[in-house]
Order: sequence, then structure tokens, then C-alpha cells
Amino acid sequence: MSLRDGAPAGNPPEPEPTHHRVALFGGVYSNHLALEAALADAGDRGVDAVYCLGDLGAFGPHPDRTVEILRERGIPVLRGNYDDSLARGLDDCQCGYTDPRDNHYARLSYRYTFTRTSPEHRAWMGTLPGEIRFRLGGHRVLCCHGSPRRTNEFLWESTTPTHFLAALARDHEADIVLGTHTGIHWSRGWGGWEESGRTGSADEAWPPVPPAERPGLHVNVGALGRPANDGRTEVWYTLLEASEDGGRPTVRFVPVNYDHDRLAREMQDEELPEEFVETIRTGWWTTCLEILPGKERARGRH
Amino acid sequence: MASVCDFYPTPVSRPLPVALAEGSPAERPAPAEPPSPTVPLTSLDDLWFQVSGTVCNLRCSHCFISCSPENDSFWFLSREQVREALADSVEHGVKEYYFTGGEPFMNRDILGILADTLALGPATVLTNATVLPGRRVEALAELAAASPYTLELRVSLDGTTRETNDDIRGEGAFRRALDGMERLVAAGFLPIVTCMRSWPEEDTPRVLADFRELLAGIGYDRARIKILPPLQMGQEAERTGGYRPYERVTRAMMEGFDADQLLCSRSRLVTARGVWTCPILLDTASARLGDGLDEAVEAPAVLSEPACWTCYRSGAICSNLPVGTETDR
Repeated sequence: MSLRDGAPAGNPPEPEPTHHRVALFGGVYSNHLALEAALADAGDRGVDAVYCLGDLGAFGPHPDRTVEILRERGIPVLRGNYDDSLARGLDDCQCGYTDPRDNHYARLSYRYTFTRTSPEHRAWMGTLPGEIRFRLGGHRVLCCHGSPRRTNEFLWESTTPTHFLAALARDHEADIVLGTHTGIHWSRGWGGWEESGRTGSADEAWPPVPPAERPGLHVNVGALGRPANDGRTEVWYTLLEASEDGGRPTVRFVPVNYDHDRLAREMQDEELPEEFVETIRTGWWTTCLEILPGKERARGRH
Repeated sequence: MASVCDFYPTPVSRPLPVALAEGSPAERPAPAEPPSPTVPLTSLDDLWFQVSGTVCNLRCSHCFISCSPENDSFWFLSREQVREALADSVEHGVKEYYFTGGEPFMNRDILGILADTLALGPATVLTNATVLPGRRVEALAELAAASPYTLELRVSLDGTTRETNDDIRGEGAFRRALDGMERLVAAGFLPIVTCMRSWPEEDTPRVLADFRELLAGIGYDRARIKILPPLQMGQEAERTGGYRPYERVTRAMMEGFDADQLLCSRSRLVTARGVWTCPILLDTASARLGDGLDEAVEAPAVLSEPACWTCYRSGAICSNLPVGTETDR
């Protein structure tokens, strides 16, 4: 698919549902305790739909548990790169690490998750869609894992220009694009949906105005599987709510408190790497560091 | 000296004939015939700038385009030229901007150019870090702090010792590069140290450990290190025997291959003499794809050069991050 060609991703076979207030998350990484806590929290907030943007396994313990929770509740799930790898029996998670240390831990995590995910669940992952579309108020929402054009594309806040996001949304016929792959939540609007308080350039002629024909919004909904490399033990999901006047929807990132000590103990019992446990206990990433851009990595400890 | 000089060792300087470089499409050589495959641009994700042309403060013995203080075969890009391309890049939905040379910090407009870029998107500068006095590093830190986008400094080294570096780069280059990097780290940057692999692959863990130890010595204890695959060109070709005749990308090899792995499927290089396929092929006449971006994005890349084999096998080695293999949706 091409940004320049404007190729649409295709139409879903059924009419798109319309929602008013939605909870979204991804990157569950086998964190069944955070998943339960997030679902309870979202229920308390009166959401009318919940969506999971993929990557159910990795990192955490007992991968079948997250799958069972999602399937029992009938929550729509799309296929992340990890799910795709498990379903197809690939050799790795398709994150593309080249750093030997990151690769070492990625392999450990993938091997553990693959051998402990039931064949039936892996087959189910192969049936998951690559994208999900719905309407929020009158706006077209496209849920994907990495980006609308590539499941494993990293869209970090500090490496993704607004004009690129606008082109992506335009080419894939969406007003709001939601993803998760990087595991750190952020959002950006354009064409009249900019964040309030964002200051403009002192030079009125620069930068050139993005070619937005209509307002748009990109949200990384965050990950439930591990903290956001911010020194906090909470994990994050997103509440998206239509505005009454049909304008910019409200985006709220919700921290999830859960029994992270219990998760850490379960990980130790499963003999998962102590580095993973440390992340759960401290909120700082210890692995998968290669993929972080300088700005995001500088905010972390490792 | 920027890292394109560093990773493609060849002592041969083959300046592009001016008539060829500036000629109309009709004057350019015809695209290569089979068996060389062609790759259309899928999306213009990475826009490169040959921002200091072939001008460098160093004269490394392995530089594939012989950058030096005297090599002006490609001249500096002006701030206005870069601005023009940046403005065009918005229409093309460009995702990342890269600056190379020569040594980008030899361009006296570089701070203004980076300010313009960081208003639009992320910027990466490939540098030898030998011309980074404190005042310049402070200015870079201010630019980085003012932008929502990341400013990456990619510093080229030829190994972890003064000997391995200075033999190639000249007396004192190693110490000056470390000093420059130390100032960057002190200012909050996490430079990406780039080194072309000149050792057996199984030694890479040891070399990485050596790099970490070296960098920890200047206060850089979470070093980002990018090891590049060797290109069998120039002196490296003498050491390894160069590319074998069969090491060429063929049309058959492209069947079922994810062309997004190749830099040329999503990248172009802006120079003072037109737009090229990629930084590796600056000295290749047929890699000049047009006068401007609009023309160059329509022209496919031709995988006729031996270096294309390395890119095919190793992925887009010039980007900060590898592109993951395609995941079908």
C-alpha cells in the first residue's frame, strides 16, 4: 500500500458500528491482571465499546489467560505483529531488532509465549482482522496495530511528522487513526483539531501548512502489558469520546493501577528474565531499547 | 566527515561529469536493461540531504567519494535550497529527514537548516563529531529542546582505538571525535555510534563490549551503537576480494521480496546538483533521478550496482532503524 497512491485499505464486509464513548488498548503482553483491571475501570466509566489493538502475548506470564479473557468477553481484537507471528508459527515477533541484547530477550520472550499459547488460541489469532473500523459520532475511525499501512511500523511521537499523519489518514479514508505498537501513548491533531495550548511558530511562513483537507487525529492508545517507560508502575489505556458539537473528540489517557507485585511474582515463578520483572516493578524499560528514538529514550533510565 | 564516507570505503573518486549531472532527461543514460530489476518509490518516507556536498574537514583514506576540504564536486546546500525541498516534502508525506556529506557541520547554515527541519519533523545528522565545539553543542541542545521531534546525531567511528581510527582519519581525529561526543552526551544527547563491521561476525559481541567500555569512559553509559554491514568496495574489496560476479540483485530475486527493505523504495537524496537515488550511489551517474523531488519520485531506482546486493541482503542500512519484515494485513 502506498501513502502517495492513496490506496484505501478496503471496506469491511459489515456496516461500521457507531459509538459515543470507547475504551481502547493494545500491547497486553500477557498482563492478564492489568487487562482485568482496565476492563473493570472502563466498565465503571460507562463505555459503550471496548477494542483491543493487538499483541496479546509477549513479556508476561501465562499467555493463554489474556486470550481467554478477551474471547470470553467478546471484545473485538485486531491482529498485532506478535499475534501474527504466533498464528503463522514464525521464528520471531517481527519487531526487527538488530541489537544482540534486544534480540536475546525478544527471543526468550517469543519462545516462552509460543510454547505456552495453545494451538487453538494461535489458530484463532490467525483469524483476527488487520484493522477495525467504526464511527465515533460522525467521524470515521480506523484502528490498526502499528500504522494503517504496516502492522509493525513504529510511529513514535518524536519521529512522526504531522503532515505524515495527515497523509496517512487521508490515504486510508479515516478522520481518526488509532494504533498501539510502540507501547507509549500519545496523540496529535491537525486541521483544526490541534491540542489546546500548542503554540504556533514565530515565523508565520514556516513550517508550511500541512495539506489537511479536513481535521484529523492520531492516537497511540498505549499498552496494558508494561509501563510506559516513565518510572510509574501503572499501565495505560485510552478513552475516546465524541464531542457534542461534532468537533474534536476527547482523548483521555487512563493510568491503570493493578497488582503489579503479583504479576512480578508470577513472572519470576515462570522464570521469565529478571529484566522484565524489573520493568514491571520500576516502570522503566530495560529491554527493547534499540527501537526508542533519542527523545523518548532520554526520558527513560536505561 | 559524514558516515556515508565512513561506511563505503573506496579510494576512488569519480566526480560526476557536469553535463551528465545537469543535463535533461534525454541526455541521461538509458535505464539499465534486464537483468537489473527496478524498484518504484512506494512512499517517500526518508528524505536525505547531501548538505555539505563532498566537502569534509577530514580526508579519510577509505572514503568512497573521497570527501576532503578540497573536493567540491558536490557543493553545499543552502538554507534556501533545503527549505524548498522541505516544503515539497510536506506534499509527499515525508516521515524522516537525514543530513549527510562530507561533514554536515562544515555547512555554515546547518543550525538554521536544522531549525527549519525540526519545525516539520525528526532530523538525523551523520557526523564525524570533530567539529562540535561547546557553543555549537549548546545550540543543538536548544534546537532539540524546542522541538517536539527528535534530533539524532550519528557519529562515525572506525573501531574502538586511536590506532584503528587515526590510521584512516588522520592524526587526532579519534580524540576529537570522543571529545565532541562527550559534549553531546553532557548536553543530553544519546548519539548513535556508527561503525562498519570489519571483523568476523562472531566477534560482534566482543566489539560491542569494547565500544560500551570506551563510551562509558566519556560518561556515555547507555550507548546506542549501530554496526553496519561491510560493503565490498574500495579497500574493503581488497581485504575480502570484493563482490563476486553472482552478487548482483536480479529480477528473479525480487519475486516475493519485500522491496520496502530497500532504502530506494522509500527514500531520495537531495544534492546541490539534483536528486539521487540514495547516498551510497552519489558517484553513479544513472542514480541521478531528476532536478527536483517531483521528478525524482516518479523515476524508479535501478538495482544495477554491486552495493545494491548488500542493501538487498541487510536491509536499508542507512536508516536509523531497520524496517521490520512485512506483516500482511
